[in-house]
Amino acid sequence: MRPVLKDRMVIALGERDGISGLAIAACATAAGAEVAFVATECFV
Amino acid sequence: MDLQSQEAISRLAQANDPKLLLVLLGAPDPEAAEISAETVILGDPAYAGALAGAQLGLTVYHVLDDVVKAEVPEDVWEEQIGLMADVLDADALAAAVRSMWPAG
Repeated sequence: MRPVLKDRMVIALGERDGISGLAIAACATAAGAEVAFVATECFV
Repeated sequence: MDLQSQEAISRLAQANDPKLLLVLLGAPDPEAAEISAETVILGDPAYAGALAGAQLGLTVYHVLDDVVKAEVPEDVWEEQIGLMADVLDADALAAAVRSMWPAG
């Protein structure tokens, strides 16, 4: 199956009460993606 | 979704091939995940931000989706996601995001 993350430009939209943007970005980078944008939102 | 995030996504989609872009969500509940997924596929449902009316059709997954987890080295996953994967309902979150994908 074609990799989902490798060589993609990732937009990491985390959430304060869920998974943070930085955690998502770290996972994406480790999987071979380039991180283009990171945010941790507060959903109200 | 924050207006600043919408503006950034809009700029990235204009400056790059949208097929290269991949949105990963960290929302804690299915409803929030669904709204964020809808925003980057069909446009901002609240018509408030830069993505209002922008049908970007971006590829989007919840970060807890099995296909994402499968590509992240185990030690990094444990360090970055760790317990949150047990606390949150990964299957429901992944399904909520996938429910917004265009048919086919």
